[in-house]
Amino acid sequence: MNNFIEINNVSKTYGDYKALNNISIKVPRQSIYGLLGPNGAGKTTLIRMLNQITAPDEGEIFINGEKLNRSHITQIGYLPEERGLYKTMKVGEQAIYLAQLKGVSYKEAEKRLKQWFKKFDILSWWDKKVEELSKGMQQKIQFIVTVIHEPQLLIFDEPFSGFDPINVNILKKEILELRDKGATIIFSTHNMASVEELCDNITLINKGNKILEGSVYQIKQDFKDNSFEIVLRHKDAETQRFKDDDSESLQFSNSATLTLPEGFTLISEKTDTNGEITLNVKAKNDVNPNILINYLSEKGTIVSYRELLPSMNDIFINQLTMNNVQ
Amino acid sequence: MSNLSIIIKREYLTRVKKRSFLILTFLGPLFFAALMIAPSLLMIESEKMESKKNIAVLDESGIFDGKIENTDANTFLYLYNENVDSLKNLVFEGIYDAVLYIPATEFNIPVNAKLYSNKQIPMTLSSHIEREMKQVVEHQKLLASGIDPALVKASQTSINVATIRMDEENGEKTSYAELEYIIGFVLAIIIYFAVFLFSNQVLRGVIEEKTNRIIEVIISSVKPFELMMGKIVGIALVGLTQFLLWIILTLGIYLVSSTLILGPEIMSPSGTVMTEQISQITETTQGQDIMLEAVNMVQSINFSAILWSFLFYFVFGYLLYAAMFAAIGGMVDNETDSNQFSTVVSIPLIIALVCATAMINNPDSSLGIWLSMIPFTSPISMMIRIPFGVPYWQVIVSLLILIITFIIITWIASKIYRTGILMYGKKPSLKEIWKWMKY
Repeated sequence: MNNFIEINNVSKTYGDYKALNNISIKVPRQSIYGLLGPNGAGKTTLIRMLNQITAPDEGEIFINGEKLNRSHITQIGYLPEERGLYKTMKVGEQAIYLAQLKGVSYKEAEKRLKQWFKKFDILSWWDKKVEELSKGMQQKIQFIVTVIHEPQLLIFDEPFSGFDPINVNILKKEILELRDKGATIIFSTHNMASVEELCDNITLINKGNKILEGSVYQIKQDFKDNSFEIVLRHKDAETQRFKDDDSESLQFSNSATLTLPEGFTLISEKTDTNGEITLNVKAKNDVNPNILINYLSEKGTIVSYRELLPSMNDIFINQLTMNNVQ
Repeated sequence: MSNLSIIIKREYLTRVKKRSFLILTFLGPLFFAALMIAPSLLMIESEKMESKKNIAVLDESGIFDGKIENTDANTFLYLYNENVDSLKNLVFEGIYDAVLYIPATEFNIPVNAKLYSNKQIPMTLSSHIEREMKQVVEHQKLLASGIDPALVKASQTSINVATIRMDEENGEKTSYAELEYIIGFVLAIIIYFAVFLFSNQVLRGVIEEKTNRIIEVIISSVKPFELMMGKIVGIALVGLTQFLLWIILTLGIYLVSSTLILGPEIMSPSGTVMTEQISQITETTQGQDIMLEAVNMVQSINFSAILWSFLFYFVFGYLLYAAMFAAIGGMVDNETDSNQFSTVVSIPLIIALVCATAMINNPDSSLGIWLSMIPFTSPISMMIRIPFGVPYWQVIVSLLILIITFIIITWIASKIYRTGILMYGKKPSLKEIWKWMKY
C-alpha cells in the first residue's frame, strides 16, 4: 500500500449547504500533503472527518488500507486551527491528561513530555498555569501535545499562526524531522510560502470541490509560462571597465545590441551599475531554451540562468479566480 | 484506564483542588454548626445576663395587692400613697427597673394597667403580669357570682388527641406532622440548590472548553458523548464529596464545640436546659413524658428510607438537569447568552419549590402526586412527600419515569452538544437546534 490515506468520493451536506462534493484524495505514505483552499472551502470538514469528529454522508476513507474506525484515533495527531488549552490547569498536568486521552500511559507520557520539554528548553514551565504563558509559549505546548503519542498521521491546521519567525523555523524543522521518521503529514494553510517549502503534494479545494491536485513540482511545471531570467555581463562592458571607471559610459542601448533569436520575446531588461543586465525572456512552447543561451554566450558572460516558475501563491490566486468566475 | 474515567478524574480533581471548593467545604459546616449551637448558647447567655428586676407596683384599685407572684427574675414591691410621676423618676435614678401602675377601678371593669420602664421590657415579664392579673380578676369574678374557684379548677381537663396513621406494612404509628414538615422541606430545598448549583457547574465547564478552544483537541481523542458524561459524572462526584464532608464536619464541629462551649449536660436527653424549660410549664412527670415523646417522634421517622430516596432523587434529578445544561453550554459561546436558555429549563424546579408549601399541607393531594411523578419536578416534590410516607409503588414509578426521562434527555442533549460545541459565533435559533438533533 503506497498511499497512507485514501479518501474516496466523499460528500457532506449540512442542510442546504454542500460542504464537500465528491472529493477523492490519495496521500502517499511518509509525505507532507498540503490541503489548500480559501476560507469555507471545506478543508476543516475534511480534516474533521479524518478525526472522526464528523462522518461523511457518502464515500469512504481508508487509513493504511483499513476503513476508518475508532482504533485510528490514537494514531492521529491533530493540531486544529481553533486550538487552546485549559487556562487554569498546570502545563505538565494538562499535557499528561491530553496524552492519556490518546492512549499513552501516565508514566510514559511524563517521560516523553520531559524529553520534549528539555528539547525545547521549557522544563521550567512544567508547574506553571497555562494562563501565565504567552501565546507563543502556549502554541509550543500545543505542538508537543499533538505529537506526544507518536502518531503515524499528523494533521496540522494553520500550524504557524501565533508563532514568531524563530519559532516558525523550529517548528518547520520538527515537522520535516517527523516526516523523515516515518509520519505522514497533512498540512492545511493559507501561507503559500510554507507550502512550497514543506509540501510534497497538494490538493486545492474551493466551495467543496477539488480544483487542482498533484505534486508541488508537477503543478509548477504545468503552470509555468516558459519564462527565463538571464543575467549577462556584456563584453563591451568588460572592456570599458578596464579603460576607465566612468560608469555613465557603461550604458548601452538594448535595441542596438540585443536582437533575440526567433521564438523568444524580451519581457523586461535592467542594467545595474556594474554593467550586468538582467533579462526576462519568454520562449515559445516548442523552442529549446538552449538556443538563447548559445546566442547570449557570444554576447558576453552568462552570470546566471534560471527558469521562472510561478509561485504557489500565484497559482492559488489564479486558479481560484478562474474557478469562481465559472 | 478508559477515556471516560480519565475525564471523570480530571473533572473531579480540578474542582476538588480549587480553593473555592475547600473554603466552601470548611466554612459550610462552621456555619451549620453555628446555626445549631447559637440558639442554646444565646439562651444560656441571656439567662446569665439577666439580673433580677425590681418592679414597683402602685395599685390604686387595691385588688392586686400582694397577689402578683414573684418569679426568678422579677420581684414585685408594693408601694402605697405614692405618686406615679415620682416613681417614674425613681426608675430613671435606677432604684426600680419598672413601675406597674394600676389605676383605681372596679374589678369587673377591664383594667388598664401601665408598665413604665426606661429599658425594653421583656415579653416574658409583661405576659407574666397579664396572666397573674387575669387570674386575680377571674377569681374575684367567680367569688362575686358565688362560685367556688376551687371547683372550677377541678373541672378543668386537659385533652390531648394523638394522631395515628395506619400503615399496612408497619402497623399503626403515631405521626408527627411538624417534624415531617421540616424534614421534607429542608431536603427539598437542599435538592433544589444542589441540582441548580452543580448543573450550573456543568454549564460553565462546557462553556469554558468552548471559549478556551480546547474542545476540538479533546474531541479528536474522545467521543463528545464521553466528554459530556465525564463532566457530568465528575461534577456529581464533587457534589457528593461536598455533601459527605459537610455532614461529617458539621457533626464533628457540633459535637466538639457543644461539649466545649455548653458543657456536657446539654448533650444528655435529660439535660438541664431543656428540662428546666419544660418544668416551667408542666410538672416534672409530664416533662419526662414530653422527652419520651420527642424521642418517639425522631424514631417514628424512617431515616434510612429518606436518606436513600434523597440520594436517588438527588443523583437522577441532577443528572437530568446536568444533561440539559450541558446541551445549553454546547449551544452558546458565553455565560450571558446561556441565561435565557437556563432560565427556561429551570422553571419546573422553581414551580416545584413554589408548590412545596401547598404540598406540605396536603401531601397526598392530586397536585402532590402529579408533581412527584413528572420527572422535572419529582426530585423536589417527592422529597417533600417522602417523610410523610408515600406508597412504595408511587416511589418506584416516579423513579422509573425519572430514569427513563434522564436517558432520553441525555441522548437528545448529546446530539445538540455534539454539533453545538463546534459552532462559534451567533446564537442558534430553535430551528437550527432542531436540525442539530437530527444530524
